[in-house]
Amino acid sequence: MPLKFNYETCSGCKACQLVCALQNFKETNPSKSVLNVYGKFPVPGKYYVDVCNQCGECAKICPVEAINMSGNTYLIDYDTCIGCLACVEVCPTKVMRVNQEESTPYKCTDCKQCAEVCPRDALSFE
Amino acid sequence: MIYGYAGSTLRIDLTNEKVIKEPLKQEWVDEYLGGRGFTAKILFDENPPNVEPFDEENIFVIAMGPLSGHFLPASGKTHFCTKSPATGGYGDSNMGGHFGVNMKYAGYDVTIIKGKAKQQSYIFIDDDKVEIRSAEKYWGKGSTKVEEELKNELGEDFQILTIGPAGENLVKFACISHDFGRQAGRIGIGAVLGSKNIKAIAVRGTKSVPVFDPEGLLNKGKETYAACRAKPGFTAWTPQGTAGITDWCNNVGALPTRNFQTSHCDYADKINGQAILDELKITDKGCFACPIPCGKYGYAKTKLGNVYVEGPEYETLSLLGSNCEVKDIHEIAYLNYICDELGIDTCSGGAVVSFALECYEKGFISKEDMGRDVKFGDFESVAHILEIITNRKGIGNALAEGVKGAAEIIGNDSSKFAIHVKGLEWTGYESRNAPGMMLGYMTADIGAHHGRCWVLGNDVAGSADAGNITDLITSQQSASTLSKAKHEHVVPIVIKSQHTRPAFDILGTCRLQYMEIGLEIDYYEDLIYTITGKKIKWDEILKLSEKIWTLNRMYNFREISDFGRKYDYPPARFYEEPIPDGPNEGHYISLDVIDEMLDEYYTARGWDNNGNPTIETLRGFSLN
Repeated sequence: MPLKFNYETCSGCKACQLVCALQNFKETNPSKSVLNVYGKFPVPGKYYVDVCNQCGECAKICPVEAINMSGNTYLIDYDTCIGCLACVEVCPTKVMRVNQEESTPYKCTDCKQCAEVCPRDALSFE
Repeated sequence: MIYGYAGSTLRIDLTNEKVIKEPLKQEWVDEYLGGRGFTAKILFDENPPNVEPFDEENIFVIAMGPLSGHFLPASGKTHFCTKSPATGGYGDSNMGGHFGVNMKYAGYDVTIIKGKAKQQSYIFIDDDKVEIRSAEKYWGKGSTKVEEELKNELGEDFQILTIGPAGENLVKFACISHDFGRQAGRIGIGAVLGSKNIKAIAVRGTKSVPVFDPEGLLNKGKETYAACRAKPGFTAWTPQGTAGITDWCNNVGALPTRNFQTSHCDYADKINGQAILDELKITDKGCFACPIPCGKYGYAKTKLGNVYVEGPEYETLSLLGSNCEVKDIHEIAYLNYICDELGIDTCSGGAVVSFALECYEKGFISKEDMGRDVKFGDFESVAHILEIITNRKGIGNALAEGVKGAAEIIGNDSSKFAIHVKGLEWTGYESRNAPGMMLGYMTADIGAHHGRCWVLGNDVAGSADAGNITDLITSQQSASTLSKAKHEHVVPIVIKSQHTRPAFDILGTCRLQYMEIGLEIDYYEDLIYTITGKKIKWDEILKLSEKIWTLNRMYNFREISDFGRKYDYPPARFYEEPIPDGPNEGHYISLDVIDEMLDEYYTARGWDNNGNPTIETLRGFSLN
């Protein structure tokens, strides 16, 4: 069940980014989140959220097969990951992030906190 | 490390092109907590006494609160402060959006700007990198245009604040604009940036802010969002935002109409929240972390052009709408856009234009000085006046001083209908049947602003217990259910509101969730604890709010040579002219009653008969 975004209701508040970083890093820092909210203003006046849709491009490019499907979610095996960051470059929605301290990639784990918190029901799992 | 805070103060000396970063003062945190507390303390301590607002030594302060940027509803307020060009006293203004939280993520709870840039400039902040850059190519351009161009130049993830041509030309009600429709509108805050040759500030912050109990914040934050959604106010306020209050204000006779000549109009249903939804809206537009997006971004079509614009919110549609007798929601939205581009506060802008229209109608302003024929109800007239104000052309040069300054130039007793207090124009609540609201406007530190006190519901109910605002605006109050508001016993209600509403400016959050939606105060106490590790009771925050109120009063006494009681009166229209029609026909608040309320108010605050805090009162707040 990949994460899905409904732009008709999003009002750009970024509560999803706040809870994502707090859940996964125990930090107040939305820039660390694995989704990205942005608006296109003044025209057309809409919000968009880049999310991980579990497309699997990261898994395909990984040279050491460190990214594998578990249930409905691609997860990174950090024992196997060599930190080449090829997955970061290839991610079509640019939400494969880099842990700057460890130079390793990280991604959405389908923790569902963003969808739970979104006050506009703009995020959901299909 | 101080839990909840970014931990640093950024000092920018534009004259000497110096940038200094220093640890956030523990004294500020311990004694003033944040936001409005910081700005009051810093302006009093650091601004040179008797500095002129447009003198380069006048400081410009940006401050965030301890809750700013954290995981809780509407934690995105940014607080600005300077010596006000409009009043000559303490001035602050705040805005939502995403700017301030990025300042905090960049590491700065407080930014203090002084001096004047040698050339037209903007300030660039990318975490630790702080630069003063040329803004020559942006000077003279509209606020939204510059925001768009800067985002194209720097990247979408930069948050931008700008001033418009009005700020460049030192119009005393020039605003700061941000996020394509959010403004820190009041007290001429944008003109002070203009006086420093600063067109914009761009910031991107990517750092973490330390939290005392992250797991606790995760749980409490989710609980708080869920509690907000469960409130009836969530459903009542979200669809139309503040414009949803229009019909109620009109029904109870509080809608400013025709330069505050009356308080009711027969076309409110054409300019209300529903009209915005039906005619304009493209999307709901929210501030950072806000579950209740009161912003309505839309598209307006007029014979002067078609424009994308956020708003109008209630204050805008009352002051640029009914107060100028503009009866079409598209035309009001267009005027909103014009103000945003020019960088004019829609509250003061609407009040100044309506004042000018009345002066013109009475023959106090000539056609030659005005530049063309103008009249109430004609939005092209309003657009014209906004333009000559911005460019300081003809009578626009006088109007750019605000209604107080303009009335002094125009004369002819026009000061009687120059609707302001202390030099700041009145906002969207006509108060001749609302003594509490009137007293709140009269005694606010920055002048006539509703952000300091809103007790219209109590006035209408004639009671200290008016229920919550959501119940009020969804009720069917009308002329038949109105009683003449009572002025007795309003003082404690006003004082409570004057401490409660600005308390959220200390914390760095929007007040709407508590004041309008009805979120319980316990949530805030718990959130403060999980974020800062400090157990602070709400009563302590209200006490701090009272201390700040007193400090700002002292700042006004220090800076304005003849400051005192005479600065606390409303314009003569409100105590001399009965409302001519509508639900409150015949009502006004006499000078005797105003004096009675002031006497009681001063006594309750521990101020003398001239409104000067006594030594005992100051000692009580350790303000020696």
